[in-house]
Amino acid sequence: MIPAIEVEQMHKRYGALRVLAGIDLKIEPGEFFALLGPNGAGKTTLINIIAGLTRATSGQARVMGYDVVSRYREARRMLGVVPQELVFDPFFTVRETLAIQSGYYGLKNNGPWIEEIIHHLDLADKADTNMRALSGGMKRRVLVAQALVHKPPVIVLDEPTAGVDVELRQGLWRFIKQLNREGHTIVLTTHYLEEAEALCSRVAMMKQGNVVALDSIRNLVGSVSGCSVRLRLSPDTLPPALQSLMSRREEGCYILTLAEYSQLEQVMAALRKAALQVLEMQVLQPDLEEVFIRIMGAHKIRKPETLPV
Amino acid sequence: MTGFLTLLYKELLRFWKVGFQTVFAPMVSTLLYLLIFSHVLEEHVQVYPGVAYTVFLVPGLVMMAMLQNAFANSSSSLIQSKITGNLVFILLSPLSYREIFFAYVTASVVRGLAVGLGVYLVTLTFFDVPLSSFPWVLMFALMGSALLGAIGVIAGIWAEKFDQLAAFQNFVILPLTFLSGVFYTIPSLPPFWQGLSHLNPFFYMIDGFRYGFFRASDISPYVSLGIVATCFVAVSWLTLQMLKRGYKIRH
Repeated sequence: MIPAIEVEQMHKRYGALRVLAGIDLKIEPGEFFALLGPNGAGKTTLINIIAGLTRATSGQARVMGYDVVSRYREARRMLGVVPQELVFDPFFTVRETLAIQSGYYGLKNNGPWIEEIIHHLDLADKADTNMRALSGGMKRRVLVAQALVHKPPVIVLDEPTAGVDVELRQGLWRFIKQLNREGHTIVLTTHYLEEAEALCSRVAMMKQGNVVALDSIRNLVGSVSGCSVRLRLSPDTLPPALQSLMSRREEGCYILTLAEYSQLEQVMAALRKAALQVLEMQVLQPDLEEVFIRIMGAHKIRKPETLPV
Repeated sequence: MTGFLTLLYKELLRFWKVGFQTVFAPMVSTLLYLLIFSHVLEEHVQVYPGVAYTVFLVPGLVMMAMLQNAFANSSSSLIQSKITGNLVFILLSPLSYREIFFAYVTASVVRGLAVGLGVYLVTLTFFDVPLSSFPWVLMFALMGSALLGAIGVIAGIWAEKFDQLAAFQNFVILPLTFLSGVFYTIPSLPPFWQGLSHLNPFFYMIDGFRYGFFRASDISPYVSLGIVATCFVAVSWLTLQMLKRGYKIRH
C-alpha cells in the first residue's frame, strides 16, 4: 500500500541552524498519527515541508506517493493543512472564503460539499459573516473547513486545539475522529499529550530535529516498566536514600520513578525511618506523558547543533 | 484554468469590495491634478500646436493613474497577505507559480483600466479630448498596467513591512512617473535631463499612450511599444523566477 506520508532523510538548515537532522517517517493510510515534541523540535518545519510551504535542504517527502516538489499539484490535492496561526482574509465572508479555496484546487460546483462542512463545523449561522467579525474559535473552525474543502485523503492539523475552548475542542475532535473513521489519514501536532493518547494510534516524538521515538502508544507505554509515585511530605524533604529515585518535583510533590512495584516497600521503609509524615501519596501508572518525559530526558544529546558557516 | 480564474476573481473582488478607496479615490486625486495644473499653466504652455495644455495633460494623467493603481493593486494585495499570513491559502493550493503571476498581473491591469477609464470619462464632460487611435491607446494602457502590475508583484514579495513597500513606491515608482513627461514633453528639457528621461521606461508608456490621442509624440510609437514590451518581458521573467524559487514566500 502507498504510504499516506513518506519522508526520507529530510534535512533542513537555516544558515548555521539545523532544524531537521535527517528525518525518516512513514505514515500509513487511515492512521491517526501524532507528532509530539517540545517547541523548536522541528514539528512545524516538517509539516511545512510536506505542505510545500518550506523547501527542504535535502531529502524527499511524498504525499500518497506524490513527491511534494516534482509532483506538487497532485501532492497538494491529496493534502489538507490546518495551519497553527489563526490566519484569515479580512475581505471575505466564510462562504466566500470556502468557495475561493475550493476554486484554487480547481473545483467547480463544490457548493453541496461546502454546505456540508459548514453544517458539520457549526458555521451555518456565520456563513455570510465577514471573517473579521468572527471569534477566535470560529476562525479556527473556518481554517479546518478550508483544509477539507477539496476532500483530501490526508489531513494535517498543526496544534489545532491551541487556545480553543473545551466545547469546541470536543466538537472538533468528534468531527476529526469521524473523518478518520471514514478513511482519512489524520496527522496532528499537539502539546496536549492526553489528547494524543486518547485519539492516536501511533506517535512520533521529535527533539532537536530528530525523531527520537516512533511507535504505537501501547508499545511506548508498555516499554516503560514500573510506576511513578507522587508524594507530598511534611516536612518537605526527601530522605537521602530516595534521592536516586527522584525524577522531578511537581506542585510541591516529589515524583519518584520506580523500576518495579516491589520498590514501594523500600520507599515506605525509608519514609518511616526518616519519620516523615506522608500528606499525599499516589501511585501512577505509566502514561504517554511519563514516556514523553523519560524519552525527552534520555535524549539530552547535544545542544542545538550549529555547523561551520 | 479554474485555479487561475478563482485567484483572479478573488483579486478582483478584493479591490472591488473597497472600490471607494481603490477606484474612486484615485480618480478624484487625478482630477484634482488636472484642475490645478490646467488652471496654473493653461495660458503659459502650449506643447503641441493646436492642443490646449489641459487637453495635452489628460492622457498623461490617465496613464499615470493607471500605472500607479496597477502597481498598488498587486503590491498591496501581496504584502497584506504576507503580513496577515493568509498568503498560506494560496501557497498550500496546487496553483502553479505561473497561475499566481498571471492572476495578480491581470487583476492589476483591470484595476488600472478601471481607474484610467473612469478618469477619462469624467474629463470628457469638461474637455474635448480626441481619441484618434483606439488600438494604440489600448495597447499602451494594457502594456503599461501589466508592467506595473508585475513590478508590484516583485515589490510585494520583496517588502517585508509596509514601510518598505511605501519606500519602494515613493522612491522608485513616484519619481519615475512624475519624471516621465506627464506634465511636459521631453524636448522642452535641457539635454542632460532629456538623456536621462530616455532611460526611464515610463516615458515611453506615456509618450506612446499620448500618440494614440493626438497622433503626435516625441518618439515613434513603434519604438516606444517595443521598449515597453521588452521591459515587460524582462520584468515578467524576473518575477516568474522569484515566484518559482519561492523567494521570500516559501522559505
